[in-house]
Amino acid sequence: MCGIAGLIHKGKSSSVGFEMTQMLQALKHRGPDSTGYAVYGDQVDDLVMRLKIAEADDMQRGSGIYAELDRRIDQIDSFINEHGVKVTKKEKINDYSYRYEFSFGGDLGKLAEHIEEVNGAEILSVGKGLELIKDLGDASVVSNAYGLNSFKGTHGIGHTRMATESDVDIRSAHPYWAFPYNDVSVVHNGQITNYWIMRRQMEKKGHRFTSNCDSELLAVYTAHNLSLGISLEDSLKQSIDEIDGVFTYLVATKDQLGMAKDTMAAKPLVLYESDDLIAMASEEVAIRAILPHEIDTSDPYDEEVRVWQA
Amino acid sequence: MASVTENELKSMTQEERVKALGMTSEQLTGRSMFMEFDPGETERFEYPWAPKVDFNKRTELDAVDMTSTEVNSKIRELMSEGYGTIVLKNPRGKHSLAVGILSKLNLIIEGSTGYFGVGLIDGPNVRINGRVGWSCGENMMSGTVLIEKNAGSTFGAAIRGGDLVCKGSVGSRTGIDMKGGTIIVGGDTGALSGFMMQRGRMIVCGNAGKNLGDSMYDGTIYIGGEIKSFGVDAVEAELTQLDKDWLNRKLKQYGLVPSKGVDHFTKVVAGKQLWNYDNLEPTEKKLIL
Repeated sequence: MCGIAGLIHKGKSSSVGFEMTQMLQALKHRGPDSTGYAVYGDQVDDLVMRLKIAEADDMQRGSGIYAELDRRIDQIDSFINEHGVKVTKKEKINDYSYRYEFSFGGDLGKLAEHIEEVNGAEILSVGKGLELIKDLGDASVVSNAYGLNSFKGTHGIGHTRMATESDVDIRSAHPYWAFPYNDVSVVHNGQITNYWIMRRQMEKKGHRFTSNCDSELLAVYTAHNLSLGISLEDSLKQSIDEIDGVFTYLVATKDQLGMAKDTMAAKPLVLYESDDLIAMASEEVAIRAILPHEIDTSDPYDEEVRVWQA
Repeated sequence: MASVTENELKSMTQEERVKALGMTSEQLTGRSMFMEFDPGETERFEYPWAPKVDFNKRTELDAVDMTSTEVNSKIRELMSEGYGTIVLKNPRGKHSLAVGILSKLNLIIEGSTGYFGVGLIDGPNVRINGRVGWSCGENMMSGTVLIEKNAGSTFGAAIRGGDLVCKGSVGSRTGIDMKGGTIIVGGDTGALSGFMMQRGRMIVCGNAGKNLGDSMYDGTIYIGGEIKSFGVDAVEAELTQLDKDWLNRKLKQYGLVPSKGVDHFTKVVAGKQLWNYDNLEPTEKKLIL
């Protein structure tokens, strides 16, 4: 069933990391398998990249895993050097997850492809504001592990996953992002029934898929449209015609947050709008987790598309 | 039904007919429990086990640190102590609040509820000052539910009786499979409202989404605004004076009569082309509805 949530502050920064954790924890019953965040901090000149070099499961298997992980990260560092990337900060978040700040003027697509040649490596996000964090466990577990409670930013989206179509691992956890458009992330609740047709079309256009999860298609699809110069709102509208299935999904870009609901409106979303904050979630209980006072909320209708500016 | 002839049925009293047709009190009173009709009793408004409550005995219940199960048990406990008016505070979107209340009660919920709020109720009068989530009032048998703000999808799914009123707008599939009662919406409703509706009446003062009344068997839908599209087998019917009087009376009760009256309402009923009703015996027709 999965739970999705999103919020955007208009014109100001706030504790989005903490707020998203509160919202996603309230949605835990909709998906206890994994939790993911895409939060947007203040825009920086440097690029921020988050990557993982193994699955959480890998840490429980076999011997020599630490030596293997060291070998992988050394290999990644050497690739980064080859491309002439200037790393300003490198943080080890946990055994299998790293965060880099760097400046780079070259082709990010090529760099990413090169890094992902390393066994087990997957770039979770790269951009000037986006930071994408996902791992197994509920929101409080992931938030504590990645120090999200202190994250400040303007907007974010998140997802609590109940795996139905693909495995319980980080690879299949939301949110998703995609080349060639940085700073775009997607969370989705639903099933896409023309996934393979659409995926093949996207692959022919040169896009990469890292998982077999249908939700990744929405990220690739949106990134493809945005790179063609189509606005986020038009891309969302177009997706309702082109993508089959039951879905409600949220898209965040560096300064926007958008939502789209399929023709049957079969997947829930509750919306709260005020002058300075817009919050939405699969269930009202998530919005109430950050806004305990009495508020007006509503359900978007079928085929409804909305976009908000930070 | 073969053992009873049409003429025999006509000569029977209502109680005799119920038993002869194998029907329970459900079809006559809106109750769903399989209780034998007692001819000695003129009407049965309460279940035998229903607690005796006093509407003037009032209490407040703060749900902020309680789970849905705890809130629901506490409501029952308070009712057994005779409280007839309960004010529930800080519901904060919790799911399944106040479900399955089968006796008289004045319940005031100060805030918003989550999914399946006040489902399966039979008798209480509920007022909710906030918004309600999906499937509010599902399978409601009787009583009144009044919601001051908006409601989610599948509002009043499969309701059998009572008045379910939302002063704001509601989501999609409103009154799906409804089998009786009245759903009143002050604002708009989404797609597939009245889908497979079997009986009862639905009033929407605002607009309706696409596929209104799709595959409806029977029942009546009144729409005050625009209809995006009709569903399969849903047709427009003439709004008679009887309809107008009823609409006025019903909407006035909840202060929802539109400023321009009710003459502009569109009445939607089943075209009855989708199922071949004429192959059925008259008594069977009644039973499938």
